[in-house]
Amino acid sequence: MSSKKSIVVIGNGMVGHKYLELLVQKLEQSGQRNDYELITFCEEPRVAYDRVHLSAYFSGTSADELSLVEEGFYEKHGITLHLNDKAVAIDREAKVVQSAQGKQVAYDKLVLATGSYPFVPPVEGAEREDCFVYRTIEDLEAITEAGSRSRVGAVVGGGLLGLEAAKALKDMGLKTHVVEFAPRLMTVQVDDGGGRMLRKMIEELGVEVHTGKNTQCIEQGESCKHVMRFADGESLETDVILFSAGIRPRDELARACELEVGPRGGIVIDNSCLTTDKSIYAIGECALWDGKIFGLVAPGYDMARVAVDHLLESENEFAGADMSTKLKLMGVDVASIGDAQGATQGSKSCVYVDERQRIYKKLVISEDDKRLLGAVLVGDAEDYGNLLQMMLNDIELPEHPEALILPSLDGMAKPALGVDALPATAQICSCNNVSKGDLASAIEGGCMTVGDLKSCTAAATSCGGCAALVKDVLNAELKARGVEVNNHICEHFEYSRQELEHMVRVEKIRSFEDLLGKHGNGRGCDICKPAVASILATTWNEHVIEPHLAQLQDTNDYFMANMQKDGTYSVVPRVPGGEITAEKLIVLGEVAKKFGLYTKITGGQRIDLFGARVEQLPLIWKELVDAGFESGHAYGKAVRTVKSCVGSTWCRYGVQDSVGMAILMEERYRGIRSPHKLKFAVSGCTRECAEAQVKDVGVIATENGWNLYVAGNGGMKPRHADLFATDLDDETLIKYVDRFLMFYIRTADRLQRTARWLENLEGGLDYLKEVVIEDKLGIGEELEAQMQMLVDTYECEWKKTIENPEKLKRFRHFVNSESNDSNVVFVQERGQIRPATEDEREELKEKAA
Amino acid sequence: MNWVDICSIDDIVPNTGVGALIQGHQVAIFRLLGSDELYAIDNYDPASSANVLSRGLVGDLGGKVVVASPIYKHHYCLQDGVCLEDAGYSVNVHEIRVSNGRVEVRLGEGVMERAA
Ligand code: SRM
Ligand SMILES: Cc1cc2nc3c(=O)[nH]c(=O)nc-3n(C[C@H](O)[C@H](O)[C@H](O)COP(=O)(O)OP(=O)(O)OC[C@H]3O[C@@H](n4cnc5c(N)ncnc54)[C@H](O)[C@@H]3O)c2cc1C
Ligand code: SF4
Ligand code: FES
Repeated sequence: MSSKKSIVVIGNGMVGHKYLELLVQKLEQSGQRNDYELITFCEEPRVAYDRVHLSAYFSGTSADELSLVEEGFYEKHGITLHLNDKAVAIDREAKVVQSAQGKQVAYDKLVLATGSYPFVPPVEGAEREDCFVYRTIEDLEAITEAGSRSRVGAVVGGGLLGLEAAKALKDMGLKTHVVEFAPRLMTVQVDDGGGRMLRKMIEELGVEVHTGKNTQCIEQGESCKHVMRFADGESLETDVILFSAGIRPRDELARACELEVGPRGGIVIDNSCLTTDKSIYAIGECALWDGKIFGLVAPGYDMARVAVDHLLESENEFAGADMSTKLKLMGVDVASIGDAQGATQGSKSCVYVDERQRIYKKLVISEDDKRLLGAVLVGDAEDYGNLLQMMLNDIELPEHPEALILPSLDGMAKPALGVDALPATAQICSCNNVSKGDLASAIEGGCMTVGDLKSCTAAATSCGGCAALVKDVLNAELKARGVEVNNHICEHFEYSRQELEHMVRVEKIRSFEDLLGKHGNGRGCDICKPAVASILATTWNEHVIEPHLAQLQDTNDYFMANMQKDGTYSVVPRVPGGEITAEKLIVLGEVAKKFGLYTKITGGQRIDLFGARVEQLPLIWKELVDAGFESGHAYGKAVRTVKSCVGSTWCRYGVQDSVGMAILMEERYRGIRSPHKLKFAVSGCTRECAEAQVKDVGVIATENGWNLYVAGNGGMKPRHADLFATDLDDETLIKYVDRFLMFYIRTADRLQRTARWLENLEGGLDYLKEVVIEDKLGIGEELEAQMQMLVDTYECEWKKTIENPEKLKRFRHFVNSESNDSNVVFVQERGQIRPATEDEREELKEKAA
Repeated sequence: MNWVDICSIDDIVPNTGVGALIQGHQVAIFRLLGSDELYAIDNYDPASSANVLSRGLVGDLGGKVVVASPIYKHHYCLQDGVCLEDAGYSVNVHEIRVSNGRVEVRLGEGVMERAA
């Protein structure tokens, strides 16, 4: 027998895993790792995953991506993991855990992190087929399967999780109902007024809300699979039912071995997270502290920290948790802070309601008017961070606290709570327990960006609710340290891209030299030159390789092709909307064959031809242009592709001609230069086969027209596009897209895609809508006119180039020789060429010699 | 080593580069701001192992005249060939002049040794 201490953790959920992570980290740091044996039982078929973001599974996040466990973590740290094995009994006397698969594991200390299970009300028929709960990946898999063959879905429970589940049903295209026992939604977090507003907004999204409904039984339905019968005699037909009527702690093991549990369940723990047996801890949602269960992950993580510290004999106590929350439910911002219901003796409330804009905000203020006790925000939760900090840090309220929630009208600044007012102990990120002081020392240690802070302190990496505040702290701290936060484009111009764009337009500047002479210094560089070239292009739209512009272009724009790793180029002709005739396909094939190019279908629904030497580009393009192809601008910061699905022309579900619209858009916006590349897609129905919701501009057909989405992104940091406007006719759609694009082109930073631009745009999506839809700045027509100018002056860059012998001169590898670059060597692979590796190149050279 | 005739000065668009082949050696030639400021360095970009420097953008950084490699954007000083990001990647510089409107280059010492 080893003298190692054995620590057994039952439950490998969010909190159980956090416990092991923290423990291993501390043990390794203090060199005690070898004194301990770590073992965990995981009932589920996979290690811990991010249950908080479970719903992301429906929008395509895979189980792997949801995983919280770093690849190989358990192996690397020597933790024994019993996957798919449930602990079934605890012998406290012998200190042994018994598992379903028959394992017997002895422990010195046991940690119960068994979480909770969804409560299913005792309704007759609740066990029928296609009735589900919403807690695990397996649940979601089953729901997806049932959803795909159903029309109607109902969620029992109108709380936080219920509404999240309703969104999932809605997104699957089901007619969705929410059935709530109480007279309003989200009884725990919001008050009557907030609940009413929330209901209105959710109903506007097409979800039917039924409150005050007590489900009595579920039976065989007529038009649907089931009928739900309510106590008031009414009924509802539905195919799928999701129960989301609250959670119950999983304390069955604890009960069986006679640990103390609460009257309504939950394993009783003290401030050290110890149960009534001093060798057994309980943490997370299964634990009952001071008569309370905490159904959020942050308090669970806190318990994990406390339990680790207690085991290692360092001081720490669990002191309860703030249950404030902020979330987006079906696109509606909802936040609840502290005493949201105004339950405190003598408290007063202060309410702002705007039924037009669908905003409800309430402050709960202490009897003496000095302190904020709680708040409810529906429809606009921007004030959440500020208000939460005020409450948590007991900051004295301003004289007119109502100003905190009133809209800021022109000239009336909001009494914003500067982050400077916060004490260093203020907790900024509750998920990861990061205080303002922690952020400050990370900044002292060299963090300069929110990204740095995320990787150094883990702040803002879980629910993301604190991201805005983290940024504020960063900016304030940098400022306090005298670090100038500037957006100058580079050392040659003390201006942002937006400012340069403005100067070029207003002062009618047409060349880089002119701009540099008037507003810059030095010679310029590879940062400012292409940026200015792009600005000049959107303002004057001259041919990219006019001599005064050619010198500014990155090699890709200069040779109008994408440089590959070996110095050769790729050729990507435009295939608008991805639609191509057989003739044109044959031409592509023949050109590729003739010039020995590697061909590949791209992710953008077109064909890429690789391995062209610079001197071959004009010859290749001559043939392509003759066959009617145009430049695809794969090389430019410009419109790349407008992906389409086949749409109503062929597809049995299509409701509009998505291919037609995609071609119209691609031909309208081709060639325009912008701060970064632009990608579009048009889908013919909500099945969304063109993936429009990850595009800069996404269009999805509806029965009545088009829904427009903006600022989506795939790539390095994916972002789901925002729904911008619905049911547009063709003309309005184009008008909005014109304005949106031009406004982006004018105001974005260099190499800032629309997703990042919108995230940084002051006022966000609402402001963008005001500018584009309501024309608040009065520049709508001007933006459209500028776009129209670009559309009218479009010319195919390659066509123009091959017609001009002067310009063609530049397409050669050597100015003084007809030879090719001897370093470009290809080998064959799967029937096509590919660049030789360095070793292969050497080998071939030797052979030749 | 002798001066080698390369091309007419007008064959190089101001503020851009061209590639030249001199006794089997690839050289990148740049013409800056008019006709009098010329530079010649190796065309080979050690950071990407490709002959591409002639196709980079020219400019200045911190007072040094540089070209940015089009592949991974390393900057090379046109005056001494030193790579700003990683001195280990530095390249050879060559002598260059204009005579009677013709650009002429003389390969640097190091290159001759290697070629020999
Ligand atoms: C060819 C292609 C891959 C393929 O074989 O399928 C490709 C190839 C390159 N992509 Fe891409 N991307 C290709 C589709 C995509 C897609 C998918 C799509 O468009 O549906 C994405 C994710 C969607 C998105 O952008 O939102 C994508 C995200 C990127 C990114 C990351 C952008 C971001 O915002 O994070 C880069 C880097 C950049 O642009 O800075 C990039 C950059 C590149 C570059 C330009 C890298 C480079 O500098 O050499 C590659 C050029 C290849 C060439 O010479 O043609 N490529 N790239 C695809 C060309 C599509 C087309 O027809 O034009
Ligand atoms: C859809 C959804 C959305 C949510 N959104 C949020 C949110 O926005 N913010 C927030 O703070 N919280 C949210 N939560 C709650 C959050 O997920 C939980 O607070 C958190 O997962 C609790 O962690 P835990 O480890 O205590 O329990 P769990 O994550 O449930 O883990 C317990 C694990 O123990 C296993 N287990 C139980 N008994 C045994 C046994 N006998 N043997 C072996 N294994 C066992 C279970 O199978 C489970 O894997 C959400 C939950 C859901 C379902
Ligand atoms: S994913 Fe990376 S490797 Fe693949 S094409 Fe895009 S940029 Fe190139
Ligand atoms: S508060 Fe959730 S990530 Fe910071």
